[in-house]
Amino acid sequence: MQDFFANCATVLQKYGFSYLRGAGTTLLLALVGTFFGCLIGFAVGALQTIPVDKQRDPVWKRVLLKILHIFLRCYVELFRGTPMIVQAVFIYYGLLQVFGIKMGMWQAGFFIVSINTGAYMAETVRGGIVSIDPGQTEGAKAIGMNHWQTMIHVILPQALRNIIPQIGNNFIINIKDTSVLSVISITDLFFVHKSVVGALYTYFESAAIVMVIYLTMTLFASYLLRLWEKALDGPQNYDLNTTDSLAYTSGMYNAPDPNHESQNLDMKGSAAHV
Amino acid sequence: MSEPVIEVRHLSKSFGTHVVLRDVDFTVNAGDVTCIIGASGSGKSTLLRCINLLETPTNGKVLFHGNDITAKGSDPCAYRAKVGMVFQSFNLFNNMTVLDNCTAGLRYVLHQDKETAQKTALENLEKVGMAPYIHAKPRQLSGGQKQRVAIARALAMQPEVLLFDEPTSALDPQMVGEVLAVMRQLAKEGLTMIVVTHEMAFARDVSSHVVYMADGVICEEGTPADIFEHPQNAKTVEFLSRFRQA
Repeated sequence: MQDFFANCATVLQKYGFSYLRGAGTTLLLALVGTFFGCLIGFAVGALQTIPVDKQRDPVWKRVLLKILHIFLRCYVELFRGTPMIVQAVFIYYGLLQVFGIKMGMWQAGFFIVSINTGAYMAETVRGGIVSIDPGQTEGAKAIGMNHWQTMIHVILPQALRNIIPQIGNNFIINIKDTSVLSVISITDLFFVHKSVVGALYTYFESAAIVMVIYLTMTLFASYLLRLWEKALDGPQNYDLNTTDSLAYTSGMYNAPDPNHESQNLDMKGSAAHV
Repeated sequence: MSEPVIEVRHLSKSFGTHVVLRDVDFTVNAGDVTCIIGASGSGKSTLLRCINLLETPTNGKVLFHGNDITAKGSDPCAYRAKVGMVFQSFNLFNNMTVLDNCTAGLRYVLHQDKETAQKTALENLEKVGMAPYIHAKPRQLSGGQKQRVAIARALAMQPEVLLFDEPTSALDPQMVGEVLAVMRQLAKEGLTMIVVTHEMAFARDVSSHVVYMADGVICEEGTPADIFEHPQNAKTVEFLSRFRQA
């Protein structure tokens, strides 16, 4: 046991900075990959839920939508159904060999993680959209919103709130699974580990250090996601507004009179708390 | 004689083999308050939803100022922006505050700037007595309050016609009172309204035109006096018998 701690100290002393850089790379890959993965997921989810009106829509629109649906289906099934480690090799070396495109480390990393996460998120987002009460869509339609306005302003914000736990899951999975990108020489935390044990043969010690670093990152990520959820829920209470300047009661905001011009009714705006 | 705003012509609707509406034909003139009454399942709500194109009619036309809005190529969004709708289940946007609910249509559909939209929204919230609650989220309000906000949201769009789909059916008697009071006020101001309702007293006292529906057809229509005092059709007599005794 004495040896273990002594060895850990030696490893950290020699390669501590490399571990940190590796951890930084891992975190950045996971963050960017999850972010763009979510964007892809939201786009695919919104595209998949475009309503089709058999009587009113022209044939070309219906055919186009059908092709789009098949294409999106293929994307989701392909990237969900194959391991990321194989996708990484396939895309990286495929582009190099067939098209002569040599992707940089960051480019390749971001692309593979994003497109992989997107495939998972697409289904999650679709589930999130379907779970929103159809009355919300009808309410939006009834004031004249089209599909995209309804999605952006009404449905997706609510779907986002409902799928945050799933986004968190994906983020944590990405922190861990980016380790497979070391096959295309991305110097993430796991790559650093492999390099270190290659030089010092301290398999156990290095693994222990890497375990602790991964766990710290994922725990911290879970904590931040909880905070985000709370922030999106907004305050549990609300303050009443009154335009009557004689009727101030504690806990009331003074809203400008609608009959006078210039006003700002933002919660955090200029409304003076009385 | 004022001009017709909405004309429903030979409208039919079926879901699969189940026929819900059969050859429905009626006209709403500017300033009319038309109440559609009838038993549950008689097709009242479906008719209203067809008028707002939330359901696509199987057959027949809906004309808005003489233009067929069910025709291919007509823009349902532009039409819906002029014809508001209030739902039984309120359908307020849960992710927005009361104020944002009322400005959403103005800002995103009519592309007004934020200040103008908020001004219009506040005027209409004041009209329904909900101005103090602008910062509240829908989940924090009672049913009657939600419905009044929903009415303000629809009014903010300055619609030519406002459709009400059983606006008080999900409310307790006190809340029914507060919502009906708002609707009476709107009728007095001359807003064109089509109201599907089970509130017979409202239909009798406020409407200018009453349509009685049964089994997907219009059995009888006329002035409230015609329908409530001298119903001609045997079905109408039976439907109204309980109300008239009371």
